[in-house]
Amino acid sequence: MTKAITVSGLHKSFGRTHALAGLDLTVETGEVHGFLGPNGSGKSTTIRVLLGLLRADSGAAQVFGRDPWTDAVEIHRRIAYVPGDVTLWRNLSGGEVIDLYGRLRGGLDPHRRAELIERFELDPTKKGRTYSKGNRQKVALVAAFASDVDLLILDEPTSGLDPLMEEVFQRCVAEERERGRTVLLSSHILSEVEELCDRVSIIRKGVTVESGSLAELRHLTRTSVSAELAGPPNGLAALPGVHDLDVQGRRVRLQVDTDKLDAVLRSLSESGVRSLTSTPPTLEELFLRHYQDEVTVR
Amino acid sequence: MSAASFAVRPTSARRLAGTGILLRFALRRDRVMIPLWVGVNALMVLSMPNTLKGLYGTPAERADLIGQMAGNSSLRAMVGPVFGDSLGALTAWRVGVYAGALAAVVGLLVVVRHTRDEEESGRQEMVASGMVGRRASLTAALLAAAVANGALALLVTAGLAGQGAAGALAFGLGIAGVGMVFATTAAIVAQLTESARLARGLTAAVLGAAFVLRAAGDSATDGGTSQAFGTGGGSSLLTWASPLGWLTNLRAFAGERWWVLGLLAGAALVQGAVAYALADRRDLGMSFLPSRPGPAAGRLGGARALAWRLQRGSVLGWSIGFLLAGLVYGGMADGAADLLGDNEGAREIFERMGGEAGLTDAFLAAMAGMLGLVAALYVVTSVLRLHGEETSGRAEPVLAGSVGRLRWAAGHLVVAFGGSALLMLLAGAGLALGHGERTGAILGACLVQVPAVWVIGGVAVLLYGLAPGAAMGAWGVAGAVLLIGWVGPALDVPRAVLDLSPFGHLPKLPGGEMTWAPVLVLTALAVALVAAGLAGLRRRDLST
Repeated sequence: MTKAITVSGLHKSFGRTHALAGLDLTVETGEVHGFLGPNGSGKSTTIRVLLGLLRADSGAAQVFGRDPWTDAVEIHRRIAYVPGDVTLWRNLSGGEVIDLYGRLRGGLDPHRRAELIERFELDPTKKGRTYSKGNRQKVALVAAFASDVDLLILDEPTSGLDPLMEEVFQRCVAEERERGRTVLLSSHILSEVEELCDRVSIIRKGVTVESGSLAELRHLTRTSVSAELAGPPNGLAALPGVHDLDVQGRRVRLQVDTDKLDAVLRSLSESGVRSLTSTPPTLEELFLRHYQDEVTVR
Repeated sequence: MSAASFAVRPTSARRLAGTGILLRFALRRDRVMIPLWVGVNALMVLSMPNTLKGLYGTPAERADLIGQMAGNSSLRAMVGPVFGDSLGALTAWRVGVYAGALAAVVGLLVVVRHTRDEEESGRQEMVASGMVGRRASLTAALLAAAVANGALALLVTAGLAGQGAAGALAFGLGIAGVGMVFATTAAIVAQLTESARLARGLTAAVLGAAFVLRAAGDSATDGGTSQAFGTGGGSSLLTWASPLGWLTNLRAFAGERWWVLGLLAGAALVQGAVAYALADRRDLGMSFLPSRPGPAAGRLGGARALAWRLQRGSVLGWSIGFLLAGLVYGGMADGAADLLGDNEGAREIFERMGGEAGLTDAFLAAMAGMLGLVAALYVVTSVLRLHGEETSGRAEPVLAGSVGRLRWAAGHLVVAFGGSALLMLLAGAGLALGHGERTGAILGACLVQVPAVWVIGGVAVLLYGLAPGAAMGAWGVAGAVLLIGWVGPALDVPRAVLDLSPFGHLPKLPGGEMTWAPVLVLTALAVALVAAGLAGLRRRDLST
């Protein structure tokens, strides 16, 4: 299986701003890949490089094993892209726009188009200027999902969708995966990412800080442990990977790097455990840890 | 893969992929705009032979007209020199410059609309994610402009063929050529600026400069009219510096100089090549003229300050244009009288009209009137900013603040109405400086135009307030007034039609008698129109 997207050491500057500073990204064919990072971290710049809209200063990027700048047209035959802020032409109907985008890609499946319009509850006869934000987003989503392509690049595609439509969107992405299509999904909606993504890459300030499956990423973060012990705890503070230790008599609360959990549990059980709760890191904690500057994490 | 592989250039076929789809799409979007503009332009040209036949039916009448033209530098400045006495030649003379300018406007609007507008709105990003080559959008835009100009050339050629097939072909191609020259100018400017509005403004400024250069050149010499009829002379360098001057010098229906078409084609090709070269060297959405970062903290105090902040760039641009045009035309005023030395017949006519002083006055009055008509375009753009702010949704959050609709509208209207008075003041200052004397009389001549400009602005406010869907109709009103003002008098259009334009009622200054009645009536009319429009705005729903 070839990789759908490979990016290594990508650099891109706009004047004095270094939007990308050596970014790496690998998306396997057939997976749904989450692309995460705080605002301004370089997600959209990366996507624009992958679409051949921007020329990278240095580094390598390949889509389907080809150069997105020189082979843009051939690559685009197999790509559908949905931006986070869809703008439409004021005097063209949504249906016209869907068909235009279909023609600009590899073609459109008319049955799938009709089915998607139904599912997204979109009125394709309305003119561009009369659509609300969410409905403009739906126009682009229907065009993307109905297109006969191998890779979907979705840049915060669900902004403005209501929760019901969000669910329809998630089902559509799941269907795409079943058909063997690849999805690169940039999103801030963590439940969406958790539900859909096989693997995620987290970037910050133009550099990839973490990449892997959610389970792998969880492993890299801290678990909160709170326990009530039979005797006084001892030696906990000296264990590697223990943070925010709070001992109140026989009650202990602490955070521990997940891969150091074993040693902590052994130490606790030496004192005798009466009750124990251990909470794996939530996705929010996971992201906050990566999104924030090192200084504030420490 | 290494960094070097980014430098590989795609083949030309791939860079144009998708052009066909985008062209059809562009024409579909412009299905109303292009036929309308082309139709109006063709109508203006094709109606001319009949009109001229009625006015100058006999050879004697035509000879008389040509004599007048040879001597009247202000008329030459307005419409260019005459090169022949056939109906075809007179048609080319009478409407050539305006048909060319109109074709140029269409060319620049079409090209900017399908290039920088699309990038600025963000739509281009999604379009370019399809099977669209890097040069496809620019090519489709230029082809759409070519379709519009080609249709115009066809209509003009077919419609005027009765006056002489060769002349009709030359004239049709000449007008279309000017259209394409400015379409490619717009293609270059669209690579330079980040905003479509600025791209349109800068290209329009180039067109304005071309108009002024040709006018200055043609007023300074008689463009070889007398050569064609026996006595020496030729177009000045200033005329040859302007593509509109090339159209004049094509001499359609009067011994066509076909090589001038090569000049137009060459300019379009060179400019097109520059535009492509620039486009190849930039990223999508980027521009060569970088937008400077703004202040981190704002000091805008309210709706009025916001309106001024939004419009000040455009006011500055228009102000510079009016001042420069005033300076150029003011400098030409004296020359207008001197040129009469060569032509006995014309000298007699103008001596009867009031001698040299009378001629200079007539020229200054004509220029003040022409600048007044152009100021009407400013006032319409400025008033319609309200419409743009409302339909784009930008007005909504402003009006959701503690800002009444009237106060919000007033902010923009002060800029529109105050700005048009400022423009005429600057035009007067320019004319007076250029002419070097009679400052008071010239300033008065320019300021007397202001009430008529305000009436046009008032119509725009009325349409916007009462029938926002028809707000763009204000352009139609301004266009009609422009047509009446520029082309009307020379054609002996019925008085009733001339009277439709507020400019037709103004006293002819300097030289004429100052009459206060029309000035006061027009001012009152403008106030009433604005009041009615604002009353409508207060009552109606805002579009969201």
